[in-house]
Amino acid sequence: MTTFTRGFRGRRRGGDDRLPPGQYLTEDFPVLSAGPTPDVPPDRWEFAIHTETGQAHRWTWQELMALPYETPTVDIHCVTTWSKLDTTWQGVSLDVLFEDVETAAEYALVHSYGGYTTNLPLEDLLDGKAWIAYRYEGEELAPVHGGPARLLVPHLYFWKSAKWVRGIRLLTEDWPGFWETAGYHNYGDPWREQRYADD
Amino acid sequence: MSADYLDGNALAGPLAEIFATDVSAAVGRCASCGLTGPVASLRVYSRAPGLVARCPGCEEVVLRLVRSPDAAWLDLRGAVCLRIPLGGP
Amino acid sequence: MPMTKWRVARLVKVRDENPTARTLVFDVPGWPGHVAGQHVDVRLTAEDGYTARRSYSLAAPEGVELTVQRVEDGEVSPYLTQDMEPGDELELRGPVGGWFVWRPDGTTPVLLVAGGAGIVPLMAMIRARRAAGSGAPFRLVYALRSPGQLYYADELLSPDPGVAVTLAYTRSAPEGHARPPGRLTAADLGPYGEADCYVCGPTGFVEAAATLLVELGHDPARIKTERFGPTGE
Repeated sequence: MTTFTRGFRGRRRGGDDRLPPGQYLTEDFPVLSAGPTPDVPPDRWEFAIHTETGQAHRWTWQELMALPYETPTVDIHCVTTWSKLDTTWQGVSLDVLFEDVETAAEYALVHSYGGYTTNLPLEDLLDGKAWIAYRYEGEELAPVHGGPARLLVPHLYFWKSAKWVRGIRLLTEDWPGFWETAGYHNYGDPWREQRYADD
Repeated sequence: MSADYLDGNALAGPLAEIFATDVSAAVGRCASCGLTGPVASLRVYSRAPGLVARCPGCEEVVLRLVRSPDAAWLDLRGAVCLRIPLGGP
Repeated sequence: MPMTKWRVARLVKVRDENPTARTLVFDVPGWPGHVAGQHVDVRLTAEDGYTARRSYSLAAPEGVELTVQRVEDGEVSPYLTQDMEPGDELELRGPVGGWFVWRPDGTTPVLLVAGGAGIVPLMAMIRARRAAGSGAPFRLVYALRSPGQLYYADELLSPDPGVAVTLAYTRSAPEGHARPPGRLTAADLGPYGEADCYVCGPTGFVEAAATLLVELGHDPARIKTERFGPTGE
């Protein structure tokens, strides 16, 4: 038998067709983190894509800054049930970074400074669906939100948008990441409410 | 700003759902650096999809706990062993 | 196991501690009792089935008494401190936490260090000492922003014999208060001999206070800490 608490409403939920099921709208930008914020000065920053054949493609901060960028405006959805609409970012599309990468791999394991990992199918990173983002709402991306740079994959729950991104390993077999090995869904589509492994 | 964590005491409630005794007073050893101490002294990052408890010495992950509406996932791989006080006869 | 069970708790009494904090006293049939310093998990369910959970320290050694600080824009604390009325119900699980506790069976001196709402479990210890007639020497150092933030004013402004209370105002102090407003320093915490130390407050405060205690020569193994927030709201 459920005990209801009279008069308790909780956060405003639903009511907007841009909100996936079970999400509520937030105006602020909650800081979620599974560990301490790593200190990564841009002059020591490096991003690398490692292919399944052992080839590495690397970019320094200066090299990343020299690449053509985009300024996507996207809705983001966190598995802890908040969603934030119309967030604006600046970053390099992964299509640009993958231009010279030869691969037959189907899976990607993203890894971060600080040790975090998350996995997703490679195709979810391509065709204008993902960015390495380094500015948010016109400002440098703050360290608590993943600065100097984070992955941005807004069509999946936000834990896939790894903060403090350091590299992507391309794999022929799927390798579940930090939350994906601890009960969270392997894919994480917010519109199908794929929160937990057995959803 | 990087000190956004709680003590291992914060694990007492969620773990009470799984274990038949209070685990926050149990003493364990970090698999990474060997530091030994009570679960209550771990650093718990709770503003996350699950609870992540890290060693106060080396910041490595000692324990992770995710709770869905109908299941719990518990990862203890960062703890070598837990000594759980059970009270004398 | 009883401690894992959600129990129905009916609000029987409220008491405002200050303009933004309220003590709620619940009747919980079958409550197994608890030790000072323990906390409970609270679950609120809205009419549409939405649930929210929070943890709160127990404020008294007997009965289920919680003191809740209202967080503006919070989801649960505005309800608990403004809207919930005697007769209303929520669910509660506990007691939990067997580490940050004080049992009234010893005579070892105790040093309590509270930051803001961190006073709650420490007040439970002071009250447990009184209830048990314990003679253990207690010292409380309570850091708070301004006089309007004080919890448990009646008991802390005229403390029990054997309990020394230092109020360390950090922003503004009442007129005539000897200590000028400012952050907690080593001088506030010492000198004090060997003691079991309990520190409770926001993460940054606990970090700073525990460091001061170690610098003053306290054995780190005898310093117990309880950080709260960011899950407080």
